Amino acid sequence: MGGGKASSRKASASSHKKSQRVKKVSAERAVFLFRRMLEIRRFEERAGQVYGMGEIGGFCHLYVGQEAVVVGVKDALEEQDSMITGYREHGHMLACGVSPKDVMSELTGRASGCSGGKGGSMHLFAPDAGFYGGHGIVGAQVPLGTGIALRHLYEETGGVCATFFGDGASNQGQVYEAFNIAALWHLPVLYIIENNRYGMGTSVQRAAAGTTQDGHRLWARGRAYGIPGEEVDGMDVLAVRSATLNALEHCRKRGPYILEMETYRYRGHSMSDPAKYRTKEEVQGMRERHDAIERQRSRLLQEGWASEDEIKTIESEVRDTMKAAAEFATTAALPCATALYEDVYADAAAAADGASNLAPCVAD
Amino acid sequence: MKNLLSSAPLPSASPVAEEEPLSQQSVREALRDAMAEEMRRDSRVFLMGEEVAHYQGAYKVSQGLLEEFGEKRVRDTPISEIGFSGIGVGAAFSGLRPIVEFMTFNFAMQAIDHIINSAAKSRYMSGGLLRCPIVFRGPNGVASRVGAQHSQCYASWYAHCPGLKVLAPYSSLDAKGLLKAAIRDDNPVVFLEHELLYGQQFPMERESSDDVILPMGKASVVRTGADVTLVAFSRMVGFCLQAAELLRKDSIDCEVIDLRSLRPLDSACLLQSLRKTNRMLVVEEGWGFAGIASEIAMQMNERGFDWLDAPVMRITAEDVPLPYASNLEELALPSVEKICRGAMELCNKGFSNARAGGSAS
Repeated sequence: MGGGKASSRKASASSHKKSQRVKKVSAERAVFLFRRMLEIRRFEERAGQVYGMGEIGGFCHLYVGQEAVVVGVKDALEEQDSMITGYREHGHMLACGVSPKDVMSELTGRASGCSGGKGGSMHLFAPDAGFYGGHGIVGAQVPLGTGIALRHLYEETGGVCATFFGDGASNQGQVYEAFNIAALWHLPVLYIIENNRYGMGTSVQRAAAGTTQDGHRLWARGRAYGIPGEEVDGMDVLAVRSATLNALEHCRKRGPYILEMETYRYRGHSMSDPAKYRTKEEVQGMRERHDAIERQRSRLLQEGWASEDEIKTIESEVRDTMKAAAEFATTAALPCATALYEDVYADAAAAADGASNLAPCVAD
Repeated sequence: MKNLLSSAPLPSASPVAEEEPLSQQSVREALRDAMAEEMRRDSRVFLMGEEVAHYQGAYKVSQGLLEEFGEKRVRDTPISEIGFSGIGVGAAFSGLRPIVEFMTFNFAMQAIDHIINSAAKSRYMSGGLLRCPIVFRGPNGVASRVGAQHSQCYASWYAHCPGLKVLAPYSSLDAKGLLKAAIRDDNPVVFLEHELLYGQQFPMERESSDDVILPMGKASVVRTGADVTLVAFSRMVGFCLQAAELLRKDSIDCEVIDLRSLRPLDSACLLQSLRKTNRMLVVEEGWGFAGIASEIAMQMNERGFDWLDAPVMRITAEDVPLPYASNLEELALPSVEKICRGAMELCNKGFSNARAGGSAS
């Protein structure tokens, strides 16, 4: 089995300062990162509106506030790499370049949705872009992502699987079964803990032993398995990008690594959560002082990477794109009845007899 | 390659001896050969599980595989069922074809979330974008005197779930042909073996059975008869064949059907037999409540009502966790005698066979 020995614990313990050394980016790159984050923000705001209109059913978990994490990570990944996450994944799809129309119309359960309307908000996939979903059971994506890393090692693709999960999932037992196996087998997996401070309504300190208000240190749980890690300012897309580039180098050569992204979700856990477990001031403070998009906007102007006018143009383009996506998603056709029995099995013959009782789709 | 998917008739798994002696093979060896042949054929196929490599398998099913294929393809895992099952599913999502061995299916309960939520549903949830070619295999059902937590039949649990295929073979030839088919299949397959059958010898095919691929979803009529249809899967097929021999002395001519595949279920084969015998007795090693036998009884009710001369009968485990004491364990499980009594009752005949003892109530 490939891979070398994981680095010493001592090195990992001191490694959580690394993220402060931000790697340089081109002006073009910096603008792109700004645009991507803005796309996710505006998409999610639209999704919130569409949900309010009653066009999105069930659960809908918005990523507003956390945009820098997936955008920074995705930008550091190479073509052969993969990603997987839980159910707060609209942003991951957009970061992979999937069309907002495909994602929004999945949220509204339309045939044009990326899962044909059969997955919904929590089950979005883009395997051709290396994104494996979109999983609804908290923590389940961690062994799954570790398995995708096993495939990278097995077929010597040189790829790494970026496996995202939250602070809430960090308390699931299967996460540590996966850590153990990833370390034993030196699997090229990058664990990304999106620590947004609350697992649904329970703060991380109330759910995860050994964490405090100031230093969450969920990444340090990897030490027991010899997996190094570090904390990263998840509200700074360039810090995320730099830390990910460093971590990927470790993963490709040596095996698993953990990045704990300190981030924050501005909205409730899902659309039905008024988020009364935290103060308005706390949310307001994060928005005003740490917002990743505002930070990147200031940086673009300061560094002369973009002008006010250029930024305004981007903002207006993004707004129009998301408006069009929402309009499309609320008017697109529902799936045909025949879709009910499609994709249960790879071979149609294995599906139940019920399939034959369905009326064929009427073309619209 | 001799692909039997499209060619009829299917090879019979009948253990009844024919004129010329056939070569014999244990179920254990047949399963090992199936994995080895498929691993030679496709480099994406690999085996993972507890004790599968250096220990050669907790029940020695993977004997010799490490030597031939090395540690990359025969992977010992820690005792972490949910962890390694999820890893297997992730590997399958991304293009490998894992065989995940559970030391027994009792321990797969730790991993059932990945079998159902991750493996069985992802193709559907993704509108066909994700695929999951994976086999979960290992011994299911009772062993001998191992108590309640190590003695459960999970057939109905898995057969309940769309997206999974569920196989439970009896003979060596079926074990081999169906495991090879399962490994080649693009769907997640739960492959239920039986510890008490691993050592049992069965005749293999007359010619080389190297590339026997059996179709999934096809039951096998392992004994033809006219009076009553006995339906079973896995070890209970052997019980039914024994019962059929005893019942012959009481002038009851039993047809015995080995289901082999629980999902898809070969309802057509069952209905065809019912049409002939008009009586059906389903034997299940697991609990009766919401079980495979219940499902079959309901399907016969819905689709074969006009051919039924009597209600479909079930012989299943008693509705208790399996006890340890030998006499209680025996009482709790289906037996040849219970099957004989049931069949006699179903055919309105007194049961007088000396070996099984007693008479029908």
